[in-house]
Amino acid sequence: MYYNVLKILKEGLNDNKGWKKTWQNPEIKKKYDVIIIGGGGHGLATAFYLAKEFKIKNIAVLEKNWIGGGNVGRNTTIIRSNYLLNENEAFYEFSLKLWETLEKQINYNAMVSQRGVLNVFHSDAQRDSFVRRGNSMIINGADAELFDVDKIKSIYPFLDYDNARFPIKGGLFQKRGGSVRHDAVAWGYAHAADELGVDIIQNCEVTGFKIKSGTCIGVETNKGDILANKIGCAVAGSSSVLMSKANMNLPLESHVLQAFVSESLKPFIPGVITFGAGHFYISQSDKGGLVFGGDIDGYNSYAQRGGMDMLEDVCEGGLALMPTIGKARLLRMWGGIMDMSMDGSPIIDKTHIKGLYLNAGWCYGGFKATPASGWCFAHLLAKGYSHSLSENFQLDRFKNGYMIDEKGQGAQPNLH
Amino acid sequence: MIIDHPLLGPRDASEFIYLGDASLLNRPNWDEEKSEDNFYKYLYLRENVAGMHKELWFHQQGDRSWLVISRNTVTHEIFKVELATEFKKNMGKSND
Repeated sequence: MYYNVLKILKEGLNDNKGWKKTWQNPEIKKKYDVIIIGGGGHGLATAFYLAKEFKIKNIAVLEKNWIGGGNVGRNTTIIRSNYLLNENEAFYEFSLKLWETLEKQINYNAMVSQRGVLNVFHSDAQRDSFVRRGNSMIINGADAELFDVDKIKSIYPFLDYDNARFPIKGGLFQKRGGSVRHDAVAWGYAHAADELGVDIIQNCEVTGFKIKSGTCIGVETNKGDILANKIGCAVAGSSSVLMSKANMNLPLESHVLQAFVSESLKPFIPGVITFGAGHFYISQSDKGGLVFGGDIDGYNSYAQRGGMDMLEDVCEGGLALMPTIGKARLLRMWGGIMDMSMDGSPIIDKTHIKGLYLNAGWCYGGFKATPASGWCFAHLLAKGYSHSLSENFQLDRFKNGYMIDEKGQGAQPNLH
Repeated sequence: MIIDHPLLGPRDASEFIYLGDASLLNRPNWDEEKSEDNFYKYLYLRENVAGMHKELWFHQQGDRSWLVISRNTVTHEIFKVELATEFKKNMGKSND
């Protein structure tokens, strides 16, 4: 079903009775060319690009719950490409470019809004590091601007510029960054993939892999065995649990990251703002709620909820940056399970088992990566070798010493 | 979470710093033939279980002792809290 203005007008007059299902509930086939495990943003994007760009037919996406019920519906919806290391920056810039044309590609309104991302800094040393990062962004084809305090004041008058401990000295601004309606990303990719004949199978949990002499030939599920030539796993926080069924230990820990939404307020925050002296990021949704978050709670968790101490920490950061939000009341809070890798960077690679591929380790930066992750993972699955932008995201880089340590904090997940 | 410290009684988890899987207590020998591979596994690979997990916590805001906590990572329920020194002593004796 193709969405357009005429269709909306027609259905408006027709009491909206003519809409068909956005995606179907297909019968499971016995065998597929490619099975993607995980019906989240990355899995659905992978299936879409496999069908659209790499012309693979006969694809299934297996999701143990309903699609988009995991981290793609649990994040703070920010898109940006403001990384320092070349391995990351080139990849995330590719992702941002895909976001810019996403809605046309998938024929779905994902409310991509490039309202700008501002990272404020509070000291000379921090300015220098932000300038360096900005230069790295520009070298990799992204946009970056250095804002002085007057410029920031003209756009964001409500920040606490004269904070005694962390006065704002300027900011690194990426105009093309912004936010996207996160659920619509899952629904849009599902809609577009379904149009191209991808089988999206919900409530189908993979319980094991069928491995014969070092080759993965299929999966065991609660709905029976399904065979496939290639199997791609994109299950984020559940990666370790899933891959343990193939007797693999991953360089990952699963941690909980909380996000918070306030009651609806009149629009006053233009774009995304991050605090430089603590971990705090905030934007205002189109419904008016303040959407904000901070650090992971810092201990292994599969609970999708966190502790009050992290809520306090996040709110302290928020009030230091913009005391004005102190009067807003908190409406909702929730947690998502992050697949924290040992160097803070992702993995898009084949495994030692033939036919079994892994997409994991997104830490808490997976949402903005969704299109590029899907594209590069689809490339790997279709062609058997890595896309040039993801060739550094190897599973065995920890063994070989090619870590991509964006923050320079070493091999401990709860520091990233 | 409340951690029932074996010496100090119940303390809030925010007083503690988390290090990770208690398998970090099993540091491999450096002079074995496969030590390179063993150290790779020791440093970077984790079981990362959904369920019962033995893990290292440091009481930074308290008596600065290392603890081994048995906790369910799905429910956050804590079953056992031991001093890491005691845990290490008993490691050879049982299947821990």
